[in-house]
Amino acid sequence: MEHRIRHLSTYSYDPAALRVALRLKLFPVDHEGQQVESWKVTVNDEEVSPLVFSDLGDREALWSSEDALDQLTITAEGIVSTRETNGIVRGMPGFAPPGIYIRETELTEPDEAIRALMGEATGDDTLSRLHALMGLIHERVKYLTGSTSARTTAADALKDGKGVCQDHAQLFIAAARTAEVPARYVTGYLQMEEETEELLETHAWAEAHVDGIGWVGFDPSHNLCPTERYVRLCSGLDAFGASPIRGNVLGETKESLEVSVAIGQSQQ
Amino acid sequence: MGDPAGPRRPYRNVARWIEKTGIDLLNMRREEAEAIFRRIGITFAVYGEGGDPERLIPFDMIPRIFSAAEWRRVSAGVKQRARALNAFLYDIYHRGEIMRAGIIPEHLVYRNEAFLPEMIGVEPPGRVYSHIVGVDIVRTDAEDFLVLEDNCRTPSGVSYMLENREIMMRMFPDLFSRAKVEPVDTYPDELKKSLAEVAPPACKGDPCIALLTPGPFNSAYYEHSYLADLMGIELVEPGDLFVDEGKVWMRTTRGPQQVDVIYRRIDDDYIDPLAFRPDSMLGVQGLFNAYRAGNVTLCSAPGAGIADDKAIYIFVPDMVRFYLGEEPILKNVQTWRCALQDDCAHVLDNLKDLVVKEVHGSGGYGMLVGPKATKEERKAYAERIKADPDNFIAQPTLNLSTSPTMGDEGLSGRHVDFRPYCLVGAETRLVPGGLTRVALKKGSLVVNSSQGGGVKDTWVLSE
Repeated sequence: MEHRIRHLSTYSYDPAALRVALRLKLFPVDHEGQQVESWKVTVNDEEVSPLVFSDLGDREALWSSEDALDQLTITAEGIVSTRETNGIVRGMPGFAPPGIYIRETELTEPDEAIRALMGEATGDDTLSRLHALMGLIHERVKYLTGSTSARTTAADALKDGKGVCQDHAQLFIAAARTAEVPARYVTGYLQMEEETEELLETHAWAEAHVDGIGWVGFDPSHNLCPTERYVRLCSGLDAFGASPIRGNVLGETKESLEVSVAIGQSQQ
Repeated sequence: MGDPAGPRRPYRNVARWIEKTGIDLLNMRREEAEAIFRRIGITFAVYGEGGDPERLIPFDMIPRIFSAAEWRRVSAGVKQRARALNAFLYDIYHRGEIMRAGIIPEHLVYRNEAFLPEMIGVEPPGRVYSHIVGVDIVRTDAEDFLVLEDNCRTPSGVSYMLENREIMMRMFPDLFSRAKVEPVDTYPDELKKSLAEVAPPACKGDPCIALLTPGPFNSAYYEHSYLADLMGIELVEPGDLFVDEGKVWMRTTRGPQQVDVIYRRIDDDYIDPLAFRPDSMLGVQGLFNAYRAGNVTLCSAPGAGIADDKAIYIFVPDMVRFYLGEEPILKNVQTWRCALQDDCAHVLDNLKDLVVKEVHGSGGYGMLVGPKATKEERKAYAERIKADPDNFIAQPTLNLSTSPTMGDEGLSGRHVDFRPYCLVGAETRLVPGGLTRVALKKGSLVVNSSQGGGVKDTWVLSE
């Protein structure tokens, strides 16, 4: 499946920001299920290229303004083709050992409830336990837009029983790690089935490393493993680590953000 | 000093000098020395203690002395350790052979707070991560030197090594004409050489080196400015640097100048708000990515701190064997890890004989010195251990060696430790000397300047 993607983020600063510095992880990389046909990232119409490739699997770029700014427009667009791999992600560049993805972070620190949730996720092997976990999260944490914030932890989302894809993914990661299963957070794009073009934000899901298989994606928000409708953008230990855009703003200013993602099938 | 029959051999010259000078005169000179220290401003602020932030570290005028033979052993041992620690750092940020070999458990590394996942796969020039390794050494008998801990990030205190010697030479020039003492004043040159050797491969010609300080409010600011001055390099604060085109630039009166090597005295968490703590006011935006792109070298490398983590410490002798194929010259102090059930039980049963430390603590804070603590203190501490056993390690109270030290009532033995500063660039270098810290309170084992310790000049005698 070929996806035509346009991911637009517009930041407004009032009063103008004195200086803005950005770190961008807006560059999808190839793996067996995904091939980047063309891709371009611009910041205020200036093209930005990746400076480094991190062995955690992402390409990263820097951008900074020399002058005061009242608006910042970041555009990532291009064509990515995908094929069905049953959620399995193989052939990613980088050699980060899966073991580091056992690491806890502030957002994914497990509490007793999370440990208990993993305990409930039973199955014959790791893979079936993870499927059970995905189902449990889908059932226990209702998808409710705007119910949580970027600072909501996995433990809070489980306690409140509501959240968005970010909370689902973080909860999955936190729980999997309690069973010593390496797990990471993925930010990407999802082409919904109902419409050919849908305006939305970026999507998020989890990947877990299963012995004998490798990295497998799990999307608790939809209770399925990523299909060819999913485009992987970047990953991290949690939502914060997998932020496609990180900014540092100098000056006393109020920031507001508007994001839109347009993803549709490209004309064949 | 050990031998009640008289001073050990390396001390004889100094003993004769003390006898000849007389205690009264020495006491007078001590006041002079303190006045000089105050004038040049070498003071040390102590976190979390209140009181005078510009408190002077007391200086003891009786040097701590190593014979040439003793130094050969210490020096070989320290260099060996510094090489092994750097090999370990390269390994854990790449293939992790030492974990695959089952020598160090994976979770102790990958779950460690000081481990930086972002450093995976990064190739620092010369494969050096810790460019200045401070090794804290004690002595418990005539034979062995034991390592208390390693300091792989930005060990401070080297300015005292230089200042203490300068003061001693200024006040007692004739003493140095009698004893053949190895010079330490080559340290700044050697440090600069080491830093230049790890410049990015792309850097041609003389690299531009800068010392990055958090600023004048940092407790070690004096040392930062002193070292930058001695090396003849720029002392910069975060606001003096910026990243453009993936390179690091320093604002100067003649316009921006590219910086190749940064000797940074800012912690990992704070160096770059775009890579680590987003609320850091001390960082340079984009610095970490510029580093990762190979356009600038950071000394020490981000993530080097895991090598001096107290949970990793117990494996350093194994690292020496694993990476270098050598037997460790310096031994570790026996250490119990409360993370292990048996060890923890032993620690809780023997609190009154042990020193217990927090795995991630430093500077002597938050530790329990069993024999000196009250029953209540021990009880409270035991609760802390039980609540979070992984966070504690314990060591026996050591029968630390003493060194003759001036007191109001004359000379007496006080416990000392020693920190040499090993430099790692293309070569491994060690200036013959270091910082001797002394516990000024009689019987005290805590030498930290924040806990009532003082300093001494350290002599290494020539052959």
